[in-house]
Amino acid sequence: MANLACEFVGIRSPNPFWLASAPPTDKEYNVCRAFEAGWGGVVWKTLGEEGPPIVNVNGPRYGAVWGADRRLLGLNNIELITDRPLETNLQEIKTVKRDYPDRAVVVSLMVPCVEDAWKAILPIVEDTGADGIELNFGCPHGMSERGMGSAVGQVPDYIEMVTRWCKQNTRMPVIVKLTPNITDIRYPARAAKAGGADAVSLINTVSSITSVNLDTYSPEPSIDGKGTHGGFCGPAVKPIALNMVAQIACDPESDGLPISGIGGVTTWRDAAEFLTLGAANVQVCTAAMTYGFKIVQEMISGLGDWMDEKGHASVDDVVGRAVPNFTDWQYLNLNYVTKARIDQDLCIGCGRCFAACEDTSHQAIAINPGRKFEVIDEECVACNLCVNVCPVEDCITMEELAPGAVDPRTGQDVVADYGNWTTHPNNPGACAAE
Amino acid sequence: MANSPFTPGIAAGRLSSEVLDRNFADLHPPLDRHEALVAADRCYFCHDAPCVTACPTTIDIPLFIRQIATGTPEAAARTIFDQNILGGMCARVCPTETLCEEACVREVAESRPVEIGRLQRFATDTMMGRDSHPYERAEKTGKRVAVVGAGPAGLACAHRLAMYGHEVVVFDASPRPGGLNEYGVASYKTVDGFAQAEVEWLLGIGGIKVEQGARISDGLDLDALIKDHDAVFLGIGLAGVNALQIEGVDLQGVDDAVEFIADLRQAGDLSNLAIGRNVVVVGGGMTAIDVAVQSRLLGAETVTIVYRRGRDRMSASRYEQDLATSKGVRIVTNARPVRVVGDGAVQEAEFEYTRDVPNGLDGIGETFRLAADQVFMAIGQKLEDGSGALRIEGGKIKVDESGRTSLNGVWAGGDCATGGDDLTVTAVAEGRDAAEDIHKAIHGGLGTANETPRHGIESG
Repeated sequence: MANLACEFVGIRSPNPFWLASAPPTDKEYNVCRAFEAGWGGVVWKTLGEEGPPIVNVNGPRYGAVWGADRRLLGLNNIELITDRPLETNLQEIKTVKRDYPDRAVVVSLMVPCVEDAWKAILPIVEDTGADGIELNFGCPHGMSERGMGSAVGQVPDYIEMVTRWCKQNTRMPVIVKLTPNITDIRYPARAAKAGGADAVSLINTVSSITSVNLDTYSPEPSIDGKGTHGGFCGPAVKPIALNMVAQIACDPESDGLPISGIGGVTTWRDAAEFLTLGAANVQVCTAAMTYGFKIVQEMISGLGDWMDEKGHASVDDVVGRAVPNFTDWQYLNLNYVTKARIDQDLCIGCGRCFAACEDTSHQAIAINPGRKFEVIDEECVACNLCVNVCPVEDCITMEELAPGAVDPRTGQDVVADYGNWTTHPNNPGACAAE
Repeated sequence: MANSPFTPGIAAGRLSSEVLDRNFADLHPPLDRHEALVAADRCYFCHDAPCVTACPTTIDIPLFIRQIATGTPEAAARTIFDQNILGGMCARVCPTETLCEEACVREVAESRPVEIGRLQRFATDTMMGRDSHPYERAEKTGKRVAVVGAGPAGLACAHRLAMYGHEVVVFDASPRPGGLNEYGVASYKTVDGFAQAEVEWLLGIGGIKVEQGARISDGLDLDALIKDHDAVFLGIGLAGVNALQIEGVDLQGVDDAVEFIADLRQAGDLSNLAIGRNVVVVGGGMTAIDVAVQSRLLGAETVTIVYRRGRDRMSASRYEQDLATSKGVRIVTNARPVRVVGDGAVQEAEFEYTRDVPNGLDGIGETFRLAADQVFMAIGQKLEDGSGALRIEGGKIKVDESGRTSLNGVWAGGDCATGGDDLTVTAVAEGRDAAEDIHKAIHGGLGTANETPRHGIESG
């Protein structure tokens, strides 16, 4: 049976599933329930500096994007950091860590961008016995208007500076949480590394407006007729998050920097994907907010079963396994030729492949008598759109043409050798193959 | 309660009013908004969708379902009504299991089609719940068309003609308009007076005058109609019933199924409607199913349908057969009636088992009797006499594909005309198409129906 226990920047947890810093981790009550349900760790909801707590809006904090049957695909929030007194949070963190010593308890922090503010909060957090801190440089709404959150995360120099302050003023591991609301995620990751960060976690939420009320013309969630941008999360952001995690994992300049993967992790499968692309653990929020803490049980069983099936004994065996296969477009093998194949026994005759190909692609699917949809190899560029729009799993597949076979579209033989754009004759900058 | 299912003979009030109310409630309750969204989401929006091909009125089903899914059920209703102005009734009575839903690719994929019928009802109910009619008439043409029969074919024809700006007079034989929608459909398929509400809503287009109590065979003169109007459309249905020539059919308790269904639909209080303790239904079509099921729902202790051929030859769909058996109706096949036995009133019905032979059906000599207080004949309807000079073929008025009869200026459609399959939806299609042809004929194809302009689409 696979061992799911992990160690992330020296912090141990019985499994790689942590709850991200967010409403589910704002209170002792919630966190205890999470640990009882089986979560391996939590990142406590972001604490601010000493003084009167921040205030939240008193209208709706969330907006949503739904799929069929009101399945929540994405959630947008305009909630700020914790609005409870600092002392209350610290006391509860201490209690929780004492009661659940085997679980990871990391504290998220966000204070003004001056060294004294950080110097003030770090020791009192350290006193709680917490395992580490996460610097919230990601929150895109509200706090960013006050020079914190993503306002810091969007300036690599600030990331490096604040990270350094923290490293200099605490013995706790420092995880830097990155905002996706930048153009190239590698720069903030490099800055975190330069500042001495023990790890990065990403992504924080994506700046968003989920919808507009077409009666009141207010963006949602509407506060007295006005809306503001929020932070988007949930299944819809997973592809963005996976790419950003992989970008950092592949970047030689941040080589070896541990990553905590965040962004739309909803099932064990999502988690496994993050791990293979270089995350050493994952953090979850929206899935828990949608279904409750119990989902971690599916994540644990699913990941364990998959690891057993693949023969991976530990989480470390999984981490980064897909990273070597993540490459630039220019290195993709242009001699790899596939054609769509439609399994006539599985086909239910909906014709979506035809509509998609005929209207929006390459006119490579024919409707033959009896509503028989068949691929025209002479036209098929293997784009895969038909596969993606087909409602029947495995009905349309991509079949590789063996070397030596003729591609009916190009009339060329399929070559066995690897050949990419860098050496392609159509590339003006091609280097001759050696 | 004085009577029960065990009360001998034919008796009213076998069940309490509460049970009757429950028994005759909506067979398929309407979807609520969320249920409709979930059901709509199952549609794959097929290319050249098989469901559309299977629909006799060619409703753009994927489009209307997508319009429901995106929160615009009234746009969905408009898509439906453009093709089928009686889309509300068809949503209730269409045998969808042999039409659109049978063709649905999800039926192929998982034996569970998209619930097209119920979605259509959701859309049409939504629009019909508004206090207005969605279509406007084109400018008046001054042409006058007579429509005979206010059933599905006649109403569909009248509406389309009115839309084109023609003046329409509908002559109908019954006390109330609607034809079989009002008199022939099982009660639990069209509850709460929907048939009359639908006619009223349809007439909201304006330009249609309905005259009840006017019958072709009884005073209404086809020649005079032709003379007085620019065109005549006959949607007179099959008002006569086939008679079975066997011993004992004149006994008390041997009743016509069509008449009984009509009586049931018109009954104010079902607890006053008498039904036999042991009911036998002769026939294998929808009428047989409807009368059998409703007999059970009224409290008959036993109800048996006897059909002369095998199950697969019954014109009632498998779904309807299963509905009947689920209500406790027994279906006996391959048996034909030989005689009805009784002393003044029916007591038994005698049948002989049959087998198929090259030229039809042959009795095998073995007979059996079923106890019967009431025997319903549901062996088909026929064209009533009085069609005059019209050419008849196979017992129906001969029409071409545009609905033109052998008489110049006379069109026909629905059950009375050749070519159809005796479905409400087919009658609607034929009435509509005849109207299109009439319009072309009397207006030289000039003018178009005054469709509400579509946003973003330039008119040609």
